[in-house]
Amino acid sequence: MSAAALQACALRKRYGPVAAIDGIDLAIPRGQFVALFGPNGAGKSTLLGMFATLVRPSSGSVRIHGEDPRQADRPALMRRIGVLSHETFLYDHLTGLENLVFYARLYGLPDPPGAAREALRAAGLEDRRSDQVRGYSRGMQQRLAIARALLHAPDILLLDEPFAGLDRDAADGLRDRLLTARRAGATCVLATHDFATALPVADRVVVLVSGRIAAERSARGLDEAAFDALLRSTTLDRPEAREAAR
Amino acid sequence: MSYLRAVGLVAAKDLKTELRSREQAVTLLFFALLVLVIFNFTFDFTVIDFVTLGAGILWVAFIFSGVLALAHSFQIEREQGRIRGILLAPIDRSAFYLGKVASTALFMAAVETVVVPVSVLMFNYRFGPRLLLAILVLVLNTVGFAAVGSLFAAMTTQTRKGEFLLPLLLFPAAVPIALAAVKTTSLVLAGRPFARYAPWLGLSAAYDAIFLAAAVLLFDFALEE
Repeated sequence: MSAAALQACALRKRYGPVAAIDGIDLAIPRGQFVALFGPNGAGKSTLLGMFATLVRPSSGSVRIHGEDPRQADRPALMRRIGVLSHETFLYDHLTGLENLVFYARLYGLPDPPGAAREALRAAGLEDRRSDQVRGYSRGMQQRLAIARALLHAPDILLLDEPFAGLDRDAADGLRDRLLTARRAGATCVLATHDFATALPVADRVVVLVSGRIAAERSARGLDEAAFDALLRSTTLDRPEAREAAR
Repeated sequence: MSYLRAVGLVAAKDLKTELRSREQAVTLLFFALLVLVIFNFTFDFTVIDFVTLGAGILWVAFIFSGVLALAHSFQIEREQGRIRGILLAPIDRSAFYLGKVASTALFMAAVETVVVPVSVLMFNYRFGPRLLLAILVLVLNTVGFAAVGSLFAAMTTQTRKGEFLLPLLLFPAAVPIALAAVKTTSLVLAGRPFARYAPWLGLSAAYDAIFLAAAVLLFDFALEE
């Protein structure tokens, strides 16, 4: 049996007295799209940070394609991971093309300018390639951020509130890109509050509360009422917590 | 991607960003020149020999410009999570550190390139045949300050009170390089024989080597949350 794309075993992360992640066991098979819900402070971003190797676990372990990132060939592993969040990672005073060429070079792509131009075309930003990013609208910046995250064709996508602040068109565009990545077999973990946006793309729903998995189930057949029932089954049964999780 | 190429990419990105925005250059330059002007009005250099105070004045300007350069450079990386974008890349994370050392040292060198000639005109002193030695002193100590500064700036950049913590951590650690810089510059300005300041130059070179090597080895741990 092939190893899970992402696996957390007895994972814990403490910041002083606070347990951000408090004993999570989770295996995400290759190609699965997981939507991660939970109120603010539930540990969603910390969990994604540990999968991205940016956050060191206090105890327990993370495995990426069966490998311990601390012992694996790190560059090879990082080439397989793409991260997208509400922060764009883009440099305001560089142009769209320069930003993508910079990241393409960091990822060691064979033809950085060519790869960057192709990504700009796919993002619909080719005609703005020579403009500095500070002149882009929020939606354009997020399209460029998506292009950056997908530039090296990662097979694991870690998405932290990527829909935050996007207008309807930009959100639709992002959803289309995620669906395309899913069809291409990428493994995705999407941390979000937005049930309506996440559900059409998700295979599985996981609810985090206080750093623990409070509920999880398949996204198949999950409508709003069933999602509410799922939240009620957790400690998120208080209306304000339920609202925050959604 | 080769290690040195990654270092060059980070440094080139910083320089290109700065050339475009010019946010930092103006602040650093005016700050350093303001230091010279303030000291020029504070002391009567017709009575006091510039050699007595000059090294201190110059290094106050250079070091505090360096702190501003570091704070600005890492603030850019903190905004929009850019530092995470680089740390996620398949490069050795210490290449990011060395890239930052290179760009910070170049920003400081740019300030020094303007401030030293201006100070020569303002305070009427000469390096004479010791100019190359003076350049060596500037290079060694600028690299040392950029090395220690980039390490602490990177460590504090992801913390909530990073801007507050940076000077608290940096200044005590920078004391040896600041002392060596002032002492060596002072002896060079006074035209003392090389043997008098060779130990201070050795201290600067050792400081550079130790901090660069330790930071390259420890940088991965320093940045992880």
